[in-house]
Amino acid sequence: MKRARFHHRLLPVLLLVPQLTIIVIFFYWPAWNAVQSSFFLQDPFGFGSQFVGLDNYSRLFRSAEYMKVARFTLIFTLLVTGFSLGLALLLAVKADKVIRGARTYRTLLMWVYAVAPPVAGLIGVALFDQNIGAMTRLFSGLGHDFRLGVNYLDTAAAMVIVSVWIQTPVNFIFFLSGLQSIPQGVKEAALIDNPSGLRRFWEVTFPLLAPTAFFLLIINITYALFDTFGIIDTLVKNNPASNPMTLVYKVFIDGFRGNDIGGSSAQSVVLMVLVLILTVVQFRLLERRIHYT
Amino acid sequence: MKRMTILAAGTFLGLSAPAFAQTEITWWHGMGGQLGDVVNQIAADFNDSQEDYRIVPVFKGTYEETLTATIAAFRAGEQPNVVQVFDAGAATVIGAPGAVLPVEDLMKDNGIPFDIEDYIAGVRYFFADSDGKMIGMPFNSSTPVLYFNTEAMEKAGVTAPKTWEEFQDVTAPALKEAGYIPLTQSHMPWIFTENFFSRHNLPFASANNGFDSNEVTINMDSPEIKSHFEAFKGWIDGGLAGFYGAAWDDNAKPFEAGEVAMWLGSSGSFGGLSEKAGFDFSATYLPYWEGITTDPKQTFIGGAANFAMTGHSDEENKATAEFFRYLTSPEVQYMWHRETGYVPITTAAYELAKEDGHYDRFPAAEIGIQQLTLPAGEFTKGYRMGFYVQIRDVMNREYTRYLTGETSLDDAFAAIKSEADELLARFAQTQQ
Repeated sequence: MKRARFHHRLLPVLLLVPQLTIIVIFFYWPAWNAVQSSFFLQDPFGFGSQFVGLDNYSRLFRSAEYMKVARFTLIFTLLVTGFSLGLALLLAVKADKVIRGARTYRTLLMWVYAVAPPVAGLIGVALFDQNIGAMTRLFSGLGHDFRLGVNYLDTAAAMVIVSVWIQTPVNFIFFLSGLQSIPQGVKEAALIDNPSGLRRFWEVTFPLLAPTAFFLLIINITYALFDTFGIIDTLVKNNPASNPMTLVYKVFIDGFRGNDIGGSSAQSVVLMVLVLILTVVQFRLLERRIHYT
Repeated sequence: MKRMTILAAGTFLGLSAPAFAQTEITWWHGMGGQLGDVVNQIAADFNDSQEDYRIVPVFKGTYEETLTATIAAFRAGEQPNVVQVFDAGAATVIGAPGAVLPVEDLMKDNGIPFDIEDYIAGVRYFFADSDGKMIGMPFNSSTPVLYFNTEAMEKAGVTAPKTWEEFQDVTAPALKEAGYIPLTQSHMPWIFTENFFSRHNLPFASANNGFDSNEVTINMDSPEIKSHFEAFKGWIDGGLAGFYGAAWDDNAKPFEAGEVAMWLGSSGSFGGLSEKAGFDFSATYLPYWEGITTDPKQTFIGGAANFAMTGHSDEENKATAEFFRYLTSPEVQYMWHRETGYVPITTAAYELAKEDGHYDRFPAAEIGIQQLTLPAGEFTKGYRMGFYVQIRDVMNREYTRYLTGETSLDDAFAAIKSEADELLARFAQTQQ
């Protein structure tokens, strides 16, 4: 393979400068600040701070509440990722087969993508509201007294449903284009070899979709961990109380609502480490099994 | 062409001349909805009342969001001149003497007469420092009161309960019989905790409810508060009370819709309720347990105060002082009280409201201020605790868990006690 080479040493550096500046200002600098303040205890207005070593961290791991939030985050991420990927894949496979009105059908499925998370949260609030919610009425018709903001599991369910609803169209778009890029010849060959639709899907189509699926897996885990913030915030209506919350929301609650800068910095450092580990694991373990065409 | 120039010059002068002389100040507040409209009205009236100063009110979201925005702005050197800080944030701002100008000093330095005795007893010291110097100017002072749907009470053949014993034995069963959910409340930490201690004159925290020292512990292990919540859970389970979580509106809406007969809310809810409720309602004092005391006391003021922030020029501080003078004038206080239901903070304003016959027209509007002027006790002055927003969140969390059966009474209160004490110790550490 032939490699392109720059003749000047300065040029590549110059070309990288804008990108690097952005990364330094918007990532490294705040990250460094977070690491730094996680070792200090500050008064909210910032008049004084004192070094407390690892106290902010040990406090976290002693806290039963923090562990509960961590457990919820794990389960929430698994559910949101699993459901939104699974549902999108199912819809994409079915949509791929639709011939008449395919365009309209696909557009309708993608529609929800345009809804911003906080707006989705508001729609969720309206649907699941204890007093006026349509979903609440539906559940009560089924004999379940759905109580958003009161019952832990009900609130968690609402969070998962709204988050999945918003993320599915994104996955759908990617899966559909992935399916459509599978060469017709391969599909036909598979059809001759194997009459079972289900086996054909798992043995031929799915492996060919794997790069897309892997990419989406990472995107979805990141989404569930971080981007669901707006949904959670609107669903708990500014009252964390006994409601479930994710680790990111907890950083916000302790830092921005509770004014505990040191404690919430420690939490964000924990999150950074978590994401780092996750990335390494994903690329080391999962990517090896995937073949890009 | 020439005429155009003259016209343009005239417009230019006409617009810029007063703007040049005017001192503009900003006021961050957390008053949304109908309350926000009244705040804007007050600011507009102040701007029209004179030509030297102009105040710009900015709605910053909830009380918590307003405080957070202010802290962030202060750290960036962009703080507003005036900020509204709520009761739970009092320790945070008062504990930062470099951030706020004590209102008493601000007024005196600008030659505006100030006498703490002009303020009604209940609001005088809540936003004051441990020496009794007023730091924040009380603004929207409120207290929890019991609203009731008059028609519902008549249908059930009962009157509003004075004590919780009366509620559970007489009022609530009758209301339930008449097809109502007898009671909801909108704020467990404020109504059922802080004011529970005040109403029964019980110490809420050590060190004089936290006023005397930062080394403070909370009395959330007191048997009285535990038995109150045990009773509350009993009412919910027995259909004598409704519970819709920790959010204010979720508990208020069923009352506004006429499904709930009695609602514990804020005296400041009066204005909004008058607009929303399609039925006759009235109000009475926060009930107390006869089994705990036969001599109930006044409640704490809730709501918020306006704080003047440091880091501004003398002219701007002068403008802030003039605005405070305007804000505390009897006429403005009466207007604020009339439109919202928040209590008038000065005796003069209260007298004006009485003279004007406001309470003859709306007897319920006087309940808040009457409750605040009930006899004071040793522990009714207020409380001063840091990281209190977080402590309230812990209370809400554990209360909800207990009420929904996720945890036991003892575990819930043990968790509140230990987490709150840890937060208080942590706050004390930041104040060294």
